[in-house]
Amino acid sequence: MGIQTLLEHINTPGYETLEGYRKYGGYTALEKALQMEPTALIDEVKASGLRGRGGAGFPTGMKWSFVPRNSGKPTYLLCNADESEPGTFKDRLLLERNPHALIEGMAIAAYALDCHLSYIYMRGEFGFLVEPINRALAEARAAGLLGPSVMGKDFALDIYLHLGQGAYICGEETSLIESLEGYRGYPRIKPPFPAVSGFLASPTVVNNVETLAALPWIINNGAAAYAAVGTEKSKGTKLFSASGHINKPGVYEVDLGYPLLDFINNECGGIPNGRKLKAVIPGGSSVPVLKAEECEGVLLDYESLAKAGTMLGSGGFIVFDDTVSMPEVLTVIADFYAHESCGQCTPCREGTGWAAKILHNLVGGKGRKSDLDLLLKIADNMEGKTICPLADADVMPIRSFVTKYRDEFEALCVS
Amino acid sequence: MIQFSEEAMREYQEILRHYPEKRAAVIPVLTLAQREFGWISQEVAEYVGNLMDYPASDMKSVSSFYVLLRQKPVGKYHLEICRNISCWLKGATACMAEAKRVLGVEAQEVTPDGLFSWDFTECLASCGTAVAMQVGDRYIENLTPEKMGEVIEQLRREAADQ
Repeated sequence: MGIQTLLEHINTPGYETLEGYRKYGGYTALEKALQMEPTALIDEVKASGLRGRGGAGFPTGMKWSFVPRNSGKPTYLLCNADESEPGTFKDRLLLERNPHALIEGMAIAAYALDCHLSYIYMRGEFGFLVEPINRALAEARAAGLLGPSVMGKDFALDIYLHLGQGAYICGEETSLIESLEGYRGYPRIKPPFPAVSGFLASPTVVNNVETLAALPWIINNGAAAYAAVGTEKSKGTKLFSASGHINKPGVYEVDLGYPLLDFINNECGGIPNGRKLKAVIPGGSSVPVLKAEECEGVLLDYESLAKAGTMLGSGGFIVFDDTVSMPEVLTVIADFYAHESCGQCTPCREGTGWAAKILHNLVGGKGRKSDLDLLLKIADNMEGKTICPLADADVMPIRSFVTKYRDEFEALCVS
Repeated sequence: MIQFSEEAMREYQEILRHYPEKRAAVIPVLTLAQREFGWISQEVAEYVGNLMDYPASDMKSVSSFYVLLRQKPVGKYHLEICRNISCWLKGATACMAEAKRVLGVEAQEVTPDGLFSWDFTECLASCGTAVAMQVGDRYIENLTPEKMGEVIEQLRREAADQ
């Protein structure tokens, strides 16, 4: 399984408290970071090769370096804890069991970015985490790890928890910002990118929970130690949320570059009831599905998965055994995107709903073979034609399911 | 005329302190209003709008974007069952059918005693412990149709004890 940068103490009782976290070296990375120049800190994160763990995989240090210095406006750091990509439940585990790694990571990032006010935008469904997160923030404040003078330095930082109220789209960073500003979560046209003009038209960095929580380990052990893990281009470790037809569902931290089939057979404990692997969605519902035979030789890293025609995404790893009807799975996915389209762009608003209707018709025994080409045509007409990637997130499964399992879809058609 | 309790008013003032601009407090305040009054009715939208100096239509527009800000009343216990991939694989459809059977109401309808309503929801980030259901601030995981009846019974007893 390799090195555990995020989950090493995840089952240690009391680790979610400040005392427990400090027992294992908590907040020593922040102390170290505060002695560095902010620009040197950004260089360190760049050198670690850390990439955004929310789904897009953009290099974190580079994202930070886009923030203009001395813009005359405050800089905001927003933690994206809106975890809503179907199949993904890793951030929830970190928020529940390792909240101080997140807070420490946020303080490190804020110092690097010269940010003094920061928010954790957490999905409202995680109501049961409000009290624990607020308690962890209060502990950090009381211990002088947040507040007017962080660890006695001339650096002020406040972090507040902000709850979303149920909208998948708010995990998209400009939608998150729009929502945090108190509006409907409509994604914004880019440019300007948030780094230049984000929250309240100020420079803003939005980073995922897992990305921020990875920072303390990187600072403590050095960028080189982190970059030594993984592959040439995919550095470090990644959390995978494993679910579906496996014996041991759960969150696993693996070195990037770990073989996909080994992950299913070892960490996930294989497929129950002697069934055979049929398909895998390796990175959340919005990435193309892999057929069992396509999984052969694939590694869990950005490049290997891209070469196999799919994506690492959020690491939402869903396994399907040979009893599953792929047209039915696609219908579930299509319903989701139709439900979550914000309605701002016509191709997405109309396309996601239309695709779902066609699929319901098809699995209801009223489909025609021509519907399959229509689905692919709708996908073509959505892709790349909208403000945000939600439409593309529907296109990926539609196109991959319909092309790879066409015979299964055709078998359901009446004409 | 509805009005925040003194405690809610204190909480409102605290929320405002968290943001550099008042507008950013709109969604947390609507959330607070929902906790106080149950759902975002026209009256609640008007109250929050007056309080924060925004049109009620604006408050309605914002709240109607977010599924957790209710646009109609729900039961004291609103059972939201995840219908997404991993939960669907593990029998979410049967769990919803069981909720409907036990409660005797359609999705989004409230039982005559006002205690229960149910609906589907999208991924709750509980895929490893599917089937997942949200009831207010609680998650109920590894749900099965058999367990659904027990959970409803338990909630009924909880309500009776209050």
